[in-house]
Amino acid sequence: RNRTLDRCRQQPFDSTLEKPQFPGASADFVDQLDFIQPNVISGIPVYRVMDRQGNIINPSQDPQLSKETVLNFYQKMTLLNTMDRILYESQRQGRISFYMTNYGEEGTHIGSAAALDPNDIVFGQYREAGVLMYRGFPLDLFMAQCYANADDLGKGRQMPVHYGSKDLNFVTISSPLATQIPQAAGAAYALKRENMNRAVICYFGEGAASEGDAHAGFNFSATLECPLIFFCRNNGYAISTPTNEQYRGDGIAARGPGYGMLSIRVDGNDVFAVYNATKEARRRAVAENQPFLIEAMTYRIGHHSTSDDSSAYRSVDEVNYWDKQDHPISRLRHYMTTRGWWSEDDERSWRKQSRKTVMEAFERAEKRLKPNVELMFTDVYQEMTPGLNKQRESMWRHVQQYKEHYPLDLYDK
Amino acid sequence: MLSLHIPTLSATLLKLSPSSNSRTKTQRRHAAHFTFQPDPVPTQYGPTQKMNLFQSVTSALDNTLASDPTAVIFGEDVAFGGVFRCTVGLRDKYGKDRVFNTPLCEQGIVGFGIGAAVAGATAIAEIQFADYIYPAFDQIVNEAAKYRYRSGNLFDCGNLTIRAPWGCVGHGSLYHSQSPEAFFAHCPGIKVVIPRSPVQAKGLLLACIADQNPCIFFEPKILYRAAVEQVPVEPYTIPLSQAEILQEGSDVTLVAWGTQIHVMREVANMAQEKLGVSCELIDLQTILPWDTETVCKSVVKTGRLLISHEAPITGGFAAEISSTVQEECFLNLEAPISRVCGYDTPFPHIFEPFYIPDKWKCFEAIKKMINY
Repeated sequence: RNRTLDRCRQQPFDSTLEKPQFPGASADFVDQLDFIQPNVISGIPVYRVMDRQGNIINPSQDPQLSKETVLNFYQKMTLLNTMDRILYESQRQGRISFYMTNYGEEGTHIGSAAALDPNDIVFGQYREAGVLMYRGFPLDLFMAQCYANADDLGKGRQMPVHYGSKDLNFVTISSPLATQIPQAAGAAYALKRENMNRAVICYFGEGAASEGDAHAGFNFSATLECPLIFFCRNNGYAISTPTNEQYRGDGIAARGPGYGMLSIRVDGNDVFAVYNATKEARRRAVAENQPFLIEAMTYRIGHHSTSDDSSAYRSVDEVNYWDKQDHPISRLRHYMTTRGWWSEDDERSWRKQSRKTVMEAFERAEKRLKPNVELMFTDVYQEMTPGLNKQRESMWRHVQQYKEHYPLDLYDK
Repeated sequence: MLSLHIPTLSATLLKLSPSSNSRTKTQRRHAAHFTFQPDPVPTQYGPTQKMNLFQSVTSALDNTLASDPTAVIFGEDVAFGGVFRCTVGLRDKYGKDRVFNTPLCEQGIVGFGIGAAVAGATAIAEIQFADYIYPAFDQIVNEAAKYRYRSGNLFDCGNLTIRAPWGCVGHGSLYHSQSPEAFFAHCPGIKVVIPRSPVQAKGLLLACIADQNPCIFFEPKILYRAAVEQVPVEPYTIPLSQAEILQEGSDVTLVAWGTQIHVMREVANMAQEKLGVSCELIDLQTILPWDTETVCKSVVKTGRLLISHEAPITGGFAAEISSTVQEECFLNLEAPISRVCGYDTPFPHIFEPFYIPDKWKCFEAIKKMINY
C-alpha cells in the first residue's frame, strides 16, 4: 500500500527560486519577526455526537448501531463498573493486594474496542480493562489475575490489573508507563509488512504522554509509516498531578501535528464519538499506513488506585459533577431509553444479574489455590538454564527444611 | 565548484609545519595494544571467504535476510551501510522496508524492536555505539527481559537482537570506548554475547538471532577492520552459554572475552616463555547466562584464575566470575583470584595506553599469583 501524499520526499535543490532550499523544512520566507502563539485558550475542539444528557446533536453523526450492539455497549460498561466496585472493595477487605478502577472512563474503552477488528493488537497502560472485557475476556480470568491464582494466564507473576490475553490480542500490561508506545509502533510496522489488514491501537494517559517513550513512539510511527492508532485517555490527573502541571500546551492532540500525525480530540464520555473517531482512524491507518492520534477527554472519577485517596488533592464536588452530570454510562442509557430499548425493569434485573455473575466468579477465584511455586523459575528464558535449575533445587531444599515458615498449603502442588 | 585534486589551504599549511617531516614521539599515535590472532580456518561449515569482522557481521545479516522474510534491520544510519559498514549493500539487496533508518532515539529503537518482535518479526536493532545504549536501558531491562516471564509466556520478544559496537578503539575516550556488559549481566531474561573474531562473530550473531530470547550482541569495534579471517559463507551457529577453551594449560586459568582474548593470548605466550607457566585460556563468549561449569572445571585443575576486561574493575563482570569461582572452587585455589581491568574512572582519551588492562599488567598479575 502506498501513501497517497508524498509527504516526506525532499525537493530537488534549485537556488534560482526565492523559496528556502533547506532540506529540513518546506516553507516560505517571511520578513516579519513573529513568534507562533501556542493556542491554549481555544484549543483543538472536542468532537462529540451526544450532549451530556445523551441526546444526539447532529443526526448524521449517529453511527446508528443496532439495538443489540448498543445494549452490548451498555452491558459491558456496567459490568465493568460492577466488577470494579466488587474488586475495589475486596482490596479494602484484604482479599486482593491492589486494584485500579475504571470509573468514568468506560466510554473510552468500549467505544474504541468496538471500532476495532478482533485481530487488531492492543497495547494498553493499565486503565483499559473495558477493552479486554469487550473482546470477551471472562470474569473468571480477570479475577484469576487479580487473585494471582492457579488459573491466572500470567502465572501469578504480576500485581493485579496487569492483564493479558494472546487469544484476544491484548498485550500483557506492564507497570512502567509509556513503554508500550514505541513497542506499538514496532508491532504496527511488522503488521504492515505482513499485509493482513491488521492495525495496532496503543492506549496511554495524558501523564504517560510526558515520557520520552511517547515522543519516541509518535516520531517513529510517523516516519516509518505505521498503521497505528494512538489513543490518549486524558482523564485530568496523573495520580495527584493535574493537567496544568503535566503540560503547558494544548493537551496531547496538539502534539500530533508536530510529528506529522493526523490528530483529533473527542469527548471520551461519549461512546459514539469515541466509536466514530476510532473507526475512521482505523480505516485510514490501515489504508494509508499512517498513525492517528485520538485524545479522548474524560475524567477519572475513582482514585488512582487502592493506594491513593484522591480527596487529598481534589474536591468531592468536582468528582460528583462528573459522576452525576457527565458520565458515559448514563449518557448511553438515556440514548437507549429514548428509543425504548431499555426500561427500569431491564436496568434492575441487569444490575442484579451482573452483580450475581461477578460475585460468583469472585467466590470461585478466592477459593482457588495459587500457582505451583515451580512457576517462579520458568519463562525467564524460553528454556530453563543450568543456573536457574540449581537455584530452583536450592529453593526446594530450603523450603523442605524450613517448611513451617512457608505457606505451601496455599499453592498448587 | 571545489576541485578535489588541487591541494587545499589546510593541506598546504600542514606540509609547511616544521614538525611535519620529523614526526616525534608525541605526534605519533600509538599502535594497538594487541595483535589479532586469527583462528584456524573452519572446515565444518563449508566454503570460506576472507572477511574482516564488519564483513562477517554483514554476512550474518545477509544470510538472515535471505532466509527469514520477517527479518528487518534498523537503527541510526543503517540504510547507507552504517557508520562501521556492517550493513553495506543490504538495503539495495533486500529493500527499504527491511533495512531502514530510524530517528535518532535509542529508547525508540529498542522499544520499536521489542514491538516488532512481539508481533512476530525477526527484529535486529543497531545501537550506534554501546556507549549510547543507556536511553534504552528501561526498555531492555524492564520490558524486553521481562516480557515472557510477566505475561506467563503469552507474549515474548525472543525475536529481538540488539547489536552495538563495543570496547576501546585507541582514541574513543569516554563515549566511544565503553564495555557496558556488566550493567546487563545483572538482568535475568536477556542474553549478552561478545565475539573475539570474525568467525566467532558470524556464528554467535546468527545464534543470537535464532535464539528465542532477547539478545545483546556487542561487537569489538577495534576488530572491525583489524580482525581478518577465513569465514564460512553459509550460515552457521556457535552455541551460546558455552565458553571455549582456546588453549589448554595446567598452572593458571585466564578468562576474557572480545578484544582482550588477543591480549591474553600474548600474555599466555609471555608466561610460558619467561616464567615457564602453562596457561589455560578461556573465551567466555556469553556473559549472560555464563558457562560456570567450564570455568570452574578449569580452576579446579589449575588452582589459579586471572580475569581481565577493559570495563572498570568495581562491579565489572570479573567480580561475578570471581565470586562464583571462590564459592565453587575455594579449596582448589592456590592464590587469590586476580582481576586486571580498567580503573574506576571514565574511559580517558589521551591516557588510554595507561588505562587499559594491557599484557604487562596481566603478566605481572600472573607473576604475583605464581609466587603467592
